[in-house]
Amino acid sequence: MDFFSRKRSASSAKERLQLVLVHDRTDLTAAQLESLKDDLLKAISQYIEIDPDAVRIDLERDGRSQRLVADIPLKSVSRHRAG
Amino acid sequence: MTAQVITVTSGKGGVGKTTAVANLATALAMDGKKVVCIDGDIGLRNLDVVMGLENRIVYDIVDVIEGRCKLKQAMIRDKHHPELYLIPAAQTRDKNAVSPSDMIRVCKDLRPDSDFIIVDSPAGIERGFRNAIAPADRVLVVTNPEVSAVRDADRVVGILEAEEKGNPALIINRLNPALVKNNDMLSAEDVLDLLGIKLIGIVPEDENVIIGSNRGAPAVTDGKSRAGQAFRNISKRLQGEDVPFMNLTPQSGLWNAIQRITGRK
Repeated sequence: MDFFSRKRSASSAKERLQLVLVHDRTDLTAAQLESLKDDLLKAISQYIEIDPDAVRIDLERDGRSQRLVADIPLKSVSRHRAG
Repeated sequence: MTAQVITVTSGKGGVGKTTAVANLATALAMDGKKVVCIDGDIGLRNLDVVMGLENRIVYDIVDVIEGRCKLKQAMIRDKHHPELYLIPAAQTRDKNAVSPSDMIRVCKDLRPDSDFIIVDSPAGIERGFRNAIAPADRVLVVTNPEVSAVRDADRVVGILEAEEKGNPALIINRLNPALVKNNDMLSAEDVLDLLGIKLIGIVPEDENVIIGSNRGAPAVTDGKSRAGQAFRNISKRLQGEDVPFMNLTPQSGLWNAIQRITGRK
């Protein structure tokens, strides 16, 4: 066992539980959440140009409630630039 | 006098519900309260052996519900605490012999003559659990600092929220301070952060709990037991007292050994 690089099991338990509880509470699987993200991005892309790789959409816990938090950076649009 | 009905539940089995009920009920009785415990685990009766009352059972809760005996006849008096009673579960029936309204009615009949009614819920989230929470004024959720127990506790808390059963309080049972210190066990803070409910007690892992069950004498009756002390503290909190949480930092091996030898632990 590599003593120095071994991650202690309590942190791994907590991280795994954080994910599992969010999915249990919302009744959404990880796959469903991915598909929700895709649909969301498709809908937004119809109106504005976004960079799909920079998008971050996650379920977060806040006490006993959950929220869907989205951070969607917009691509800069050249026609607005002074020229 | 009108009793408060407290239901002890957990989702997962084997986390220490029955032990918690036996200890809390005994601790409340030691403080002079009149307490009735009800074993809600129909078909898997256990609270009687943990309390050491298995030889005194004549009638059980299904006999009461089906009218074969009076309520008082099914109340078994504890051997050491005259104001502590147990209503045992039926062993040869199943959970469908009891309904939530039966539980509400039995508790209603018990309320005028008691201070506390403690209901031991079966594991799971089905009929037996629904029966156990139906009469509750207050729910205590027992968990262990372990992934499966915490996950199941979260499910139960979610159901209690949906049923508008008020805010449940959490008992973290079987915490091993040395493992927590080594970061190999979820800490009480981790569990509280994950579950997001209020804490009513942390019970350290303690071999005296098994010794107490073996003897049919709950750990609270052993003045030296750390788990017994934790349960006595919870019983004070149930009575509205503001008791500080125990210091659960692990003692060094040597000091531990000396305390063991000199009988201080």
